[in-house]
Amino acid sequence: MSRTARVEASFARAAEVKAGADGLNCIISADREQSLADAAAVQGGALAGVPVVIKDNLATLTLPTTCGSRVLAGYVSPYEATAVRRLRAAGAVVVGKSNMDEFAMGSSTENSAYGPARNPLDPTRVPGGSSGGSAAAVAAGIAPIALGSETGGSVRQPAAFCGIVGVKPTYGRVSRFGLVAYASSLDCVAPFGRTVDDAALALEVISGHDANDATCAVRDAPVLRAGAGRLDGVVIGVPREYFPPTLDAAIRQRCDAALDALRARGAAVREVSLPHTDLAIPVYYIIAPAECSSNLARFDGVRYGMRVEGDGLQAMYEATRSQGFGAEVTRRILLGTYVLSAGYYDAYYGKAQEVRALIARDFTRVFADGVHALFTPTTPTTAFALGSISDPYEMYLSDIFTVTANLAGIPAMSLPIGRVGGLPVGGQLMAPHFGEAAMFRVAYALEDELGAEAHQ
Amino acid sequence: MSHADWEMVVGLEVHVQLKTRTKAFCGCSAAFGAAPNANTCPVCLALPGALPVLNAHAVELAIRAALATECTVHERSVFARKNYFYPDLPKGYQISQFDQPIATQGRIVIDVDGTDKVVGITRIHMEEDAGKSVHDRFAGFTAIDLNRSGVPLVEIVSEPDIRSPAEAGAYLRKLRSILLYAGVSDCSMEEGSLRVDANVSARRTGETALRTRTEIKNLNSFSAVEKALHLEWDRHVTTWKTNGTIEQQTMLWDQNRGTVRRARSKEGSHDYRYFPEPDLPPLVLDRRAIDEARASLPELPDARRARFARDYGLGAYDADVLTATRELADYFEAAARDSGDAKHAANWVTGVVLATIKERGLDIASFAALLPASRLAGVIAMMKDGSVSSSAAKTIFALMLEGPGDAPAQAAREGLLQVGDDAQLRQWVDEVWAEHPAEAARLAAGDRKLLGPLTGLVMKKSGGSADPRKVNQLLAARAGT
Repeated sequence: MSRTARVEASFARAAEVKAGADGLNCIISADREQSLADAAAVQGGALAGVPVVIKDNLATLTLPTTCGSRVLAGYVSPYEATAVRRLRAAGAVVVGKSNMDEFAMGSSTENSAYGPARNPLDPTRVPGGSSGGSAAAVAAGIAPIALGSETGGSVRQPAAFCGIVGVKPTYGRVSRFGLVAYASSLDCVAPFGRTVDDAALALEVISGHDANDATCAVRDAPVLRAGAGRLDGVVIGVPREYFPPTLDAAIRQRCDAALDALRARGAAVREVSLPHTDLAIPVYYIIAPAECSSNLARFDGVRYGMRVEGDGLQAMYEATRSQGFGAEVTRRILLGTYVLSAGYYDAYYGKAQEVRALIARDFTRVFADGVHALFTPTTPTTAFALGSISDPYEMYLSDIFTVTANLAGIPAMSLPIGRVGGLPVGGQLMAPHFGEAAMFRVAYALEDELGAEAHQ
Repeated sequence: MSHADWEMVVGLEVHVQLKTRTKAFCGCSAAFGAAPNANTCPVCLALPGALPVLNAHAVELAIRAALATECTVHERSVFARKNYFYPDLPKGYQISQFDQPIATQGRIVIDVDGTDKVVGITRIHMEEDAGKSVHDRFAGFTAIDLNRSGVPLVEIVSEPDIRSPAEAGAYLRKLRSILLYAGVSDCSMEEGSLRVDANVSARRTGETALRTRTEIKNLNSFSAVEKALHLEWDRHVTTWKTNGTIEQQTMLWDQNRGTVRRARSKEGSHDYRYFPEPDLPPLVLDRRAIDEARASLPELPDARRARFARDYGLGAYDADVLTATRELADYFEAAARDSGDAKHAANWVTGVVLATIKERGLDIASFAALLPASRLAGVIAMMKDGSVSSSAAKTIFALMLEGPGDAPAQAAREGLLQVGDDAQLRQWVDEVWAEHPAEAARLAAGDRKLLGPLTGLVMKKSGGSADPRKVNQLLAARAGT
């Protein structure tokens, strides 16, 4: 298939599955003519002519970058995110920007100013979030690869809900330049793929040092595309805190089957403990809102985006920000402002940083003790119905198995390990810092060993 | 002011723009005077997704500032966000340093009535500048110029060791001189590359605790600092004496009225919600790099002043004046070396040269371009060997300012060379001796009072070109025969 034909096919598929607001609502902006022109201009590369979908919080040159927020409605970035630039330099063609929870705050893609996205496997259900639009686009066959972003599980959780592969790289593996910040110490650009190999290819392309991001590691992109092989000598840790007695029995059963598959490939499976796991959600909901309250201060109506005039400067700020941000964003800004306030800083932010270090040390100990990778369920449930969770705290708990990797900065990924009630279940792998190659070796083997079972 | 028994306590916060080519966290030019918003990019405009990257040269200059003020430079310091909303602060926070600054515990020695006084430096931290709000350009609107946004600064915070406006002035002049020597900043208050905020309180002599302080901002010159401190301290003392209370608040110096008034907004009530900047890793410095920076510092004003006094035999005043800036000191040293006469070089530079600079509104660099030290040395050398008189030397100096031609050429052209030829001088002495026999006889009889008048007569006969010292010697010798 020619490069333009592949892009034509992507748009045809998007129309077929109703990717827009009248259907899945996973794509919130696209420009067919521009994409076809881009495809015609592709010189070559590892992704020559491959259609890709980009989460709407990554800066793109021609399509708007709204972060799913009213405050950035119609905003077009004058520069391009490093990860997007690298995809395009490898020949990929951007076919759309994807729906997301506003400023990446949410776990269902219901917190979008552009309406909720839907799960292509069951449109009455959420695709997960916050990168739900990208996950849905890949699951619906619009693109084999998409970019999302992770702060607490925003790629792995929707990957699990949509039955695809989502990878959160090591913090510092991929440049954040051009990723609109939510919580800078946690944010990662993170790829989705239809398969482990697609995800590996995407991550290889976007990884590597970038002089525009001071937190980006000075390391070359890793070689990840090893293919499926044996896992003899590989030790898989199973942290007991991720398999509580309350865990859904069907999900547990799928996990057990995945562990059997790993054993069948020669891996040793060992139970381990990460004792500070239960503190991850409270710590996350102090650190992330704190950073968010500062990162989102720039949306003030002065230079770009929405401005609501008021009587004087203060009134303009208040009108712009209260009308520009949705409820969840407002909640986190208020929470973050509170925890950083004089007199509360030590008790909240200071303490949360200490506990974050303990959570990271849990992982360091386990990996130092001979474990090469960890296996857990990605989420405690399968995709839930739109509108079924209204309590913010209950929503926060859907990230309970994923936030730890963000707090520790380690790489983690979700891949399909079967279905429950027709809905996908994700298995999560976690590895030491910059241990993506080992993690992918396990993922390739697991995907291969499970075969069609991963989608049944 | 009859505030006997009351003491002034002052600490100064000095913001200094580091002399880098580009901004602190992006590649935009840090130059002053560009068209509004010309020097901006996604980073310093705080566009969504942009990230800061630290300018290594700014770090080098901050280290130099710290070492030049005898601070301890920390191998690990941490950038922090200072959060507040203002239209000229595009990110909604300023990247600064908070509880882990790059340097602490330095000192500056100032001269107070001829004795040395140490003023402690509490800390030096790195930060970025905000933009500029322009309120008077468009009626009904405030315009924002973000050229300054992200320009690198250090804030140098003194201990509350300063006890008078004069000490504050001495501290600021010394600090400015040190920073200029170290090449850290241009220190121009006009261009905003040096800004001063003053914290002042008053207390009864002998009290050890500090009373409530106020902070004075908008100080646009060192003399404004001195005047404002005096006025504000007077207000404090008067208030305390009448059992009033001083509120901790921000005051503004009003240059037009020459007064200090309350700032409208209560700046002290801000909660800046500082937290470590997650976009920048902690700044880790190599001990060796710090040592290398220390070794690369030029001789600083105090050391140079001491050396000038010791090596050139200069008095305290001259040594002080000549070391005020590195450029002036360099100029003097070159003139002293080339003329072989440091004393005369010092007299010339502190006298005629500085007077000329002042008269013509020059700085030392533009003066040196007009008259390089080597050319000035030529005049000094001619005066020293007697080939021109001191008044002729001043004429030559003035001529050299107007055009090319070194001292000997100018002197020859203008007929200013002194006649040192013994035969010619003897002839004039003989003539005067013959024309004034009475005076000559008295001199010959030992009345040395007549040496002066007779020398004057010889000078007159020579048309001013005779070397007066030689005439004097010849007359004395003649009288002795």
